[in-house]
Amino acid sequence: MNRQTAPAPKPGDYKSGVHPVWCPGCGDFAVLAAITRALAKLQLPKHEVALVSGIGCSGRIPAYLDVYGFHGLHGRALPVATGLKLSRPELTVLAAGGDGDIYSIGAAHFVHACRRNPDITLIVMDNRVYGMTKGQPSPTSEPDFAAALQPEGPHVPPVNGLLLALSAGATFVARAFSGHVDALAEMIIAGIEHPGFAVIEVLSPCPTFRPEQTQWKRQVEDDVFKPASSLQEAMAQVISAPELGTGIVWQTTRPAAEHIPAPPADHAAVMREITQAFLP
Amino acid sequence: MPGTRRESLSLALTGSGGTGMISAGELLLRACARIGLYGLQTRSVGPQIRGGESAALLRIAHYPVEAHDDAFHVLFAADWQNFERFAGEITLADDVVVITDEAATDIPRVVRAHAADIRHLPLHAIAREHKARINMVGLGLLGHLLRLTEEELADIIHWFFTRKGRQQFIEPSIAAMRAGFALAEPMLEEVPSLRTTPDAARAQAKAGRRWLISGNQAVATGFLQAGGRFVAGYPITPATDMLEWLAARLPQLGGQLVQAEDELAAINMVLGASYGGIPAMTATSGPGFSLMAEGIGLGVMAEIPALIVDVQRIGPSTGIPTKSEQGDLQLALCGTHGDAPHLVIAPDCINDAIRTTAWALHLAEKLQCPAVLLSDQKLGQMLSVIDAPEGMPPWKAERETVAACETGDYRRFALTDSGISPVALPGAKGCMHTIDGLEHDEAALPSSKVEDHAAQLEKRWRKLQQMEEWPEEEMRHWADCIGTGEVCIITFGSSAGPAREAIRLAADMGLHARHISMRLLFPPQKKRLHKLLEGVKRLIVVEQTHSGQFLHYLKAHYELPEVVISCRRPGPKPITPQQVLRALREACTVDAKLTERVCT
Ligand SMILES: Cc1ncc(C[n+]2csc(CCOP(=O)(O)OP(=O)(O)O)c2C)c(N)n1
Ligand code: SF4
Ligand SMILES: [Mg+2]
Repeated sequence: MNRQTAPAPKPGDYKSGVHPVWCPGCGDFAVLAAITRALAKLQLPKHEVALVSGIGCSGRIPAYLDVYGFHGLHGRALPVATGLKLSRPELTVLAAGGDGDIYSIGAAHFVHACRRNPDITLIVMDNRVYGMTKGQPSPTSEPDFAAALQPEGPHVPPVNGLLLALSAGATFVARAFSGHVDALAEMIIAGIEHPGFAVIEVLSPCPTFRPEQTQWKRQVEDDVFKPASSLQEAMAQVISAPELGTGIVWQTTRPAAEHIPAPPADHAAVMREITQAFLP
Repeated sequence: MPGTRRESLSLALTGSGGTGMISAGELLLRACARIGLYGLQTRSVGPQIRGGESAALLRIAHYPVEAHDDAFHVLFAADWQNFERFAGEITLADDVVVITDEAATDIPRVVRAHAADIRHLPLHAIAREHKARINMVGLGLLGHLLRLTEEELADIIHWFFTRKGRQQFIEPSIAAMRAGFALAEPMLEEVPSLRTTPDAARAQAKAGRRWLISGNQAVATGFLQAGGRFVAGYPITPATDMLEWLAARLPQLGGQLVQAEDELAAINMVLGASYGGIPAMTATSGPGFSLMAEGIGLGVMAEIPALIVDVQRIGPSTGIPTKSEQGDLQLALCGTHGDAPHLVIAPDCINDAIRTTAWALHLAEKLQCPAVLLSDQKLGQMLSVIDAPEGMPPWKAERETVAACETGDYRRFALTDSGISPVALPGAKGCMHTIDGLEHDEAALPSSKVEDHAAQLEKRWRKLQQMEEWPEEEMRHWADCIGTGEVCIITFGSSAGPAREAIRLAADMGLHARHISMRLLFPPQKKRLHKLLEGVKRLIVVEQTHSGQFLHYLKAHYELPEVVISCRRPGPKPITPQQVLRALREACTVDAKLTERVCT
C-alpha cells in the first residue's frame, strides 16, 4: 500500500479536463470554479464526492469535475441523489440542475426533498430561461419575458424558489451569485457542512438567451439576508428582499433522512424467520 | 339427489360490506392448509374504498392448484347486494348449491335461472343470536361441507382474533361457527364435495410442509432472498401490498423502503441506490409503469441494474385497478424510447415467483441492466397453499466491480467480449467518471460520434444476446416444458397455471400435448425455444389479452409451427383449465388445416 501522503488537492485537481459545452461568458463556468474551490478547501478526496445532475446546460456540470458524476434525466437529479445518499451515506453528495430542471419538471421532487431532508447540497443554477433548448421562458422568468414559444411572455408570476423551499421544510436555504466565486464557494462549503438538505439558488447568467443578465454583476446585492431566527422571519425576508439579493436566509436542524442500515451477519437465518410466517 | 364427488371443490362467498366474506375465505383456506389440503383464493371487490361488496373465490383440492376451475359448486351469499357486479366472474356449475338467508327475496335472476338447489337458512338470525358476524356462520357451514372438524375451525378463529388482539370476539364467533357447522349436517350428502375425505390429507400432512402465501409476497421474498436491500415505490393497486410487506421486513435485512412522491421519483431513487451498489427494486402497476419508461431507458443507457416489478392490471389508463390482464407485455418489451435492450421476465406461478424474482435480480446485477418482472393482479393477489420450498433459490445479486485503479485510465464502458464492463462504484479510488444518459465512449465521456454510438449500442445488445450462448445449466430456468406430443400450448406468466392443468386433464383423456411456459421473454432465446418446439405441428398460444400481444411477440422473434391457434381472453374473467382444454381438444382432433384462429 502506498503510505505516502499525497499533496493536498488544489481546485484545479477537481477538474476533469473535459472541455465544457457552455457558451463564452456563461455563468455556469463560475459555478464550476466555485465547486472546485469548495471541494479543495474541504480537502475532500475526489472519489468520495458524487455530483448528480439533471438535463440542461447546467446539468452538464458533473462531467467537468473529476469526481463521481451522474448525469441523469431532466428533472430527476434529486431522486437519484436521494437514492445514492441513502445507500452510501459516507459519500458527499451534491445535486445540480437548472431552474427548469428543479422548479418545473422536477418541482415535485424539490418539494419532497425539502421535506425528507437528505444530507445533500443542491445547487440550482438559475438563469431564468431554458438555456439548453434555446431560450424558452422558465418558471423563474419574468412575466414579460417574451420568447418565440410565448410571444407575450409567460404572464404569470415566477416561482420563488427560496419561498418554496422554506414552505416545504428545507433546513438550509440560500441564494448566491455565480459572479462572486469566492462567496459562492463559501456558501457551498456551508451547504456541504450543513447536516441535511441545503438549497443554494445560484444566479447564473445566460448571456446567450438573456443578454441583459450580464448586468447582474452590477445589480446583485450581497448579504441582504441575515440568518433568520424563525421561519416567519425567513419568509418575510425573502418576500421583501431585492430580487437579486444573496445570503443564507435560513438554517435549522432536523433529523436527516435515515440511511440504509447495515446487513445482518446471518442473512439466511433472517430469511428463515421471515418465511416462518408463511406457515398456515 | 346425492351431491357429486369432485377432485376439487370451488366455493364462492359473496356479500356486501361488513359481512367479512374475504376474511371467511382466508380462514377457510388457512384451515384447509393446516390439515394438508391445497387451495387458492382470489378476491373480487367492488369500487368502494372501504367495505362494499366483495367476493372470495376459493378452490380447494388434494393436489396443488394454480388456477380457478370453470365453475363454482357452492355459492354462499351473505346477501345479494350488487351481486351482478361479480356475476360475470362467477360461473355456476350445473349442480351448484346456493346457500342464502331464509329471508332473502332478492335473489338475482341469473342465479334463480341457473341454480336448481337454493337453500334458505337462518344465517342472519344465528349471527344475531350469538352477536357474531355472518361470516363466522359461513365459516362453520362451509368448513363442515369440506369435512373440516369443529376443533380445526375453532382453532383458526382463535388464531385470527388473537393475532388481531380482539379476544372478546373469539367466544361469540366460535358459537356462531358451531351453529353454522350444525346447519350443514343435513346437507352433507346432497352437496358437491371433495372425492377424498380430508382424513387422507390429515394423514399426509406433516408440520411445516405447506405455505400460505400470495404472489406479491412470493415476489418480495425472492427479492430479499437474492440480497435486495432498497425499495422505492408509490402506492398503486395491486402492487401496494407488496410494498407494504417489504416495508415491514427490509429493516431486518439491512434494507430500507422509501415511499416516493411519484413513480418518476421511485425509479430514479432505485437507480441512485443501485448506482451506489445496493441491489434495488420498485413495484408498480400499469399507470406507474408507464411513468417509469424514461427511467428504465436511463438504466439501460447508463448500465445500472434495477428490478421493476409490474403487477399488471386491466388498462389502459386507470382501467380496472383491481382486476387482472396481461396487457402490459408490449409495454414491458418496447415501452422505452430508443433501442433499449433490457430484461423482461415473468414468474409463472406463486411457487415460481420466489425463484424467478431472485433470478431476475441476479441477472439484472450481473448484466448491469434493468429487469422488468411481469406479474399480474391474479398472480399477485392470489392467496395460495403451496408446498413449502425445499430450499431457497441459489441466485444472488452480484455485480462485477473494480475496487480501485492506480493508473487513472479506468473505462466504465470498456468494450469487453461479454459486453459487461466491471463497474467502479462511487468511492473506488482513482476511478472517477460521470455516467450519463447521453451516449458516451468507453471512458464514459459524452459522444455523438457514429463509431461510439455503434460500439456502445452493440455492447448493450451483446450483453443480453450472449445469454443464448450461456451453458444450459445456467439457463435452465428460462422456460419449462412438460408433456410430449405434436400439439403444444405456450404461455407466459400466470396463464401457465390453467395450461398446466389442461395438459393433465388431457392426459387423463389420453391426449398428449406439451406445455411451454416462458419466463425469459427478452432477450429471446431462439435456439432454445426452437429446440423445445421440435416436432410440434400445432401451437396454441394462450394469453389474457384482447389483442394477442404474446402471439405477436412470438411471431416477431421465433419461427413457429405451421398451425398457430390463439386462445385468448381479456380480463377480468380468468383463463380456466377447461377453456384451454377445449382449445387443446380441438387442435388435437380437428383434421382440417387450421391457420391462426382465435378461440375464446
Ligand atoms: C423529459 C424531457 N423533456 C424535455 C427535455 C428537453 N429539455 C432539455 S433541457 C430543457 C430545459 C433546460 O432548462 P433549465 O433546466 O433551466 O437548464 P438550463 O439549460 O437553463 O441550464 C428541456 C426542456 C428533456 N431533455 N427531457
Ligand atoms: S445557452 Fe445560456 S445557459 Fe446555456 S451554455 Fe449558453 S450561456 Fe450558458
Ligand atoms: Mg435555466
